[in-house]
Order: sequence, then structure tokens, then C-alpha cells
Amino acid sequence: MRWLETGRHEKPERLVAISSNRMREGILHFGYKAGICLVFAALLPLGAAGAATVAPDSVRMSDGMVEASLSGAPGDPAAGKKWFTGRKLGNCLACHANQDAASQPFHGEIGPALDGVADRYSEAQLRAILVNSKAVFGDATIMPAFYRLLKDQRVRKEFDGKTILSAEQVEDVIAYLMTLKE
Amino acid sequence: MKTSRWKMSLVGALAGGLLLGSQALALPEGVDTVEVMAASKDHPLQEIRSGWNYRSPETQSLQSDDFENPGFIWVEQGAELWETVEGTEGKACATCHGDAAESMAGVGAAMPKWNEKLGKPINLEQQINACRTERMGAEAWKWESNESLSMTTFVRNQSRGMAVEVQTDGPMAPWFEKGKELYYTRVGQLDMACANCHQDFYGQRIRADMLSQGQSNGFPTYRLKWQKIGSLHRRFKGCMKQVRATPYKVGSDEFLALELYVNWRGQGLPVETPAVRN
Ligand code: HEC
Ligand code: HEC
Repeated sequence: MRWLETGRHEKPERLVAISSNRMREGILHFGYKAGICLVFAALLPLGAAGAATVAPDSVRMSDGMVEASLSGAPGDPAAGKKWFTGRKLGNCLACHANQDAASQPFHGEIGPALDGVADRYSEAQLRAILVNSKAVFGDATIMPAFYRLLKDQRVRKEFDGKTILSAEQVEDVIAYLMTLKE
Repeated sequence: MKTSRWKMSLVGALAGGLLLGSQALALPEGVDTVEVMAASKDHPLQEIRSGWNYRSPETQSLQSDDFENPGFIWVEQGAELWETVEGTEGKACATCHGDAAESMAGVGAAMPKWNEKLGKPINLEQQINACRTERMGAEAWKWESNESLSMTTFVRNQSRGMAVEVQTDGPMAPWFEKGKELYYTRVGQLDMACANCHQDFYGQRIRADMLSQGQSNGFPTYRLKWQKIGSLHRRFKGCMKQVRATPYKVGSDEFLALELYVNWRGQGLPVETPAVRN
């Protein structure tokens, strides 16, 4: 899948179209657990810490979009830029170049450059891409899913049962991506 | 940068054309690799390229000059060990095998090999240890110990310039299949398979690193980052850790199968041991 050779900005649209079926399956799959989660949420006292956080397997995705904030609150773009460039967390820069982060050396060439990405995608679409890139771009994508739990994949102990980014961090990165306009 | 890469691949294409079908490749002194080889028809890649092609000119020139190549310290240590008598039988490797330049030429290019007695393939590190324990009455060397690395590097160096060629049929077939499966299986929290990086994106940068095809023809390889020579299985481990997976153990059946399969993907490339990588 060396699509980089065929022009950077064509493919994602096509892929989003292809994957909307996958999305619908996604809702069916997630629906049941989301239901349980709603019950729990109703039992919790209003305003309890974490009550608003959507668990990885309860994310509602439809038509390539995740509408609701995963943390229940807006993200912080400055923090998002840190996760975007930091090698330990998002490390988005490993694969994506981005003019806005020009002060950082070594931008990757694996994915499209993310300049102006907010002009191409809505916040809800970006959230879907970050939560589960596979559901948006197809199973073959190299891009990791940042808010999904994997089973039986030899995940190293210190990362097992954890998503790559937390709900808050995903929201921070989205807030940052939303500032990338051309 | 752009032009020189283009030129390189042109030269490479010519070299590849000329070399098609030839078996052992005699290389001019100081040149340790050819740039392109046409892949066989059932190969997933159109062209196969040594990792040498993806390294900086500085790293390449370190490898091309035997006096500057830091990997040669291990070749020299290996040469000494070759003559060293050890174990209860009072033998050295040289006692049975004589002059390595003759007896070992080609051996390292064709590993892993089927071993009837074990009922499984055996790779170079393991064969060296089998000789030590069974014929010399000496202790097996620990994987990645200086001794094991030196001897493996020395023996493989005797095949430098010869084409990698491994058996994949007969009893090797299930091992080949297992290796192939591992190559395409996503692992770790980052959810990536070898193929995601080394098949789909070779020639592109992942952060500062230019991805290669993940070929094995240079191993054991001197890595500037390690400041040391390292085995192929150590590299496999590193790649698995990088995607936050629990690696298999060095010398495990899984890595043995993967080694067989990866070697096959580089079939025809000349052995470069000791290669230099960053
Ligand atoms: C290992 C590589 C890799 C990493 C790490 C990665 N991505 Fe991606 N990303 C890709 C690839 C490749 C694509 C193109 C989709 C495809 O074909 O698979 C992509 C596509 C995208 C797109 C759509 C871009 C467009 O113009 O269509 C966005 C947005 C995105 N990634 C954001 C991120 C963010 C934010 C991070 C970090 C939190 C990240 N990516 C980490 C490889 C990666
Ligand atoms: C996240 C990307 C990634 C994945 C997945 C990955 N590798 Fe690598 N690998 C690298 C990088 C980066 C290097 C160093 C630069 C290069 O040679 O590609 C490397 C180097 C290598 C090398 C050394 C090549 C040389 O010429 O010295 C081998 C062999 C290798 N990888 C095999 C594998 C195998 C087998 C797997 C699967 C178990 C794997 N890799 C998975 C990124 C990856």
C-alpha cells in the first residue's frame, strides 16, 4: 500500500467512503456496551470525576465520525502539540510532517503532511481517525489506533490494557489539529 | 540528495541487470554490496535491496573500508577463537575445519539449514554451539556474548560477497510458512507487522530513520547506536519492542522461522558481514 506515490490528498476521501460500512458494523458492535455504560453513568452522582469519560470500547462511531468528546470536555491545543511531537506519547511526527512543528527536527514521511488538516476534516472525523484509524482508513493502514484496546497481540506488560493516548490526550491532540488551517 | 539517489538507483538497475542469474558475486575490493537485485517471481517485492542503500554516505563509507569498519574487530577476535583449543576433547574449530577461508566459504550464506538430528532448522549461532558441545566438549556460548558474536561474524565473513540462498522446501516448508505468518502478524500496542514498515514503506523516513527492507544479509551487523556488533535476533527483538510488543526470545523457534523467511526475502543479495548500520 504505497499510496504516497499517487498523491497525498486523494486517498483519505476515498477511504472514508469505503469505510462507512465498517463504521455501521462498528455501531452494532459498540452499541451493547455503550448501553451498559449509559446505565452506569446514570447511577453515578452528577459531576463525579471520570463519569464523562467514554471507555475505549464504548466509543460511538458512525459514518466516519465520533461526535462526542471522549473526556466530556474540550481539549487543550498547547498540550496537544506536546503529545503530537513527543516521542513517548502520540509521536505523530514520526510519520507525519507538519510545518507548525518546524522547530522539531526529523518529520516522518509515512503519512500525509498534516498542514491544513482542519480544512479537510471536521473535528468529529479527526476524532474517529485518532480513536481507530483502522475503522476509517481500512485494516491495512500502518497508522496505530490511539484509543482502542488490543487483545492477544503480545502487548508489552507496561502497556497492556492501556490505550496509546488517554481520552484527555486524544482531545488535546484534536484541539491542536483543529488549529492547523491553511 | 534527490539526484544522487536517482543516480544510485540507475547504477543499481544496471548492476541488477548484469547480475541477474549469477550465483556467487565477486565484488571489487572495498565494495560490499550491489544495489539492486531482481526478485524472484513469487516474491512480494519487485526489487530487493540491501539495507546499505538506505544508510547515509558516512555510514556506507565506514562499511566499505575494511580498516575503518568497526565490525572487523569481531572478525579478528573470531579468527583467534577459531584456532583456540577449548573443552574436554582438546580441539579447536580449526582442528576439524582447517582453513576457514576454504571450509566456511558459503556456509554462512545458506543458514538456517535443516538439521536431521534435531528435526528442525539450525542457524549459525546454534551450529557453532552444537560443534562446541558435541565435538569439542566445551560449553555453549551465550547468545549475544562476545564469543558468540565474534565467531558468528568471523564465519559469516567467509561468505562475504556470496549470494544468500536458503532452502525453503521439504522439511523447511512449515518453518518458512511460520516465518511468513510472523512477518505479516501485527503485534504490540502500536499494532504493526514487519511488513507494515519494511514492505509498505521502505525508502521513507519514520522520524529520523530511513526505513529499509529489513534485509538480513549484513548480519551480524555493527550498529553505531549499539556501539557494538549485534545478532539478527537482537535486531528482531528491537523492532518488536519498538512497536511495544513482548519480543520472542533470541534463539527461539519463532525467531528461527522468521530468520529463515527474512533470509529468503533477501535471497540473492550478497552477504555483507560485518555490515555497518546506524
Ligand atoms: C506509523 C505511522 C503513523 C503514525 C504514528 C500516525 N499516523 Fe496518521 N496516518 C498515517 C498514514 C499512513 C495515513 C494515511 C492513511 C492510510 O493510507 O493509511 C495517516 C492519516 C492521518 C490523517 C488523515 C490525513 C489526511 O490528510 O488525510 C490524520 C488526521 C492523521 N493521520 C493524524 C495522526 C495523528 C494526530 C497521529 C498521532 C496521534 C498520527 N496520525 C500518527 C500514519 C501514521
Ligand atoms: C515501526 C516500524 C518497524 C517495524 C514494525 C519493524 N521494523 Fe525492522 N526496522 C525498523 C527501523 C526504523 C530499522 C532501522 C532502519 C532500517 O534498516 O530499516 C529497522 C531495521 C531492521 C533490520 C536491519 C536491516 C539492516 O539492513 O541492517 C531488520 C533485519 C529488521 N528491521 C527486521 C524486522 C522484522 C523481522 C520485523 C518484524 C518482527 C520488523 N523489522 C519490524 C522499523 C521497523
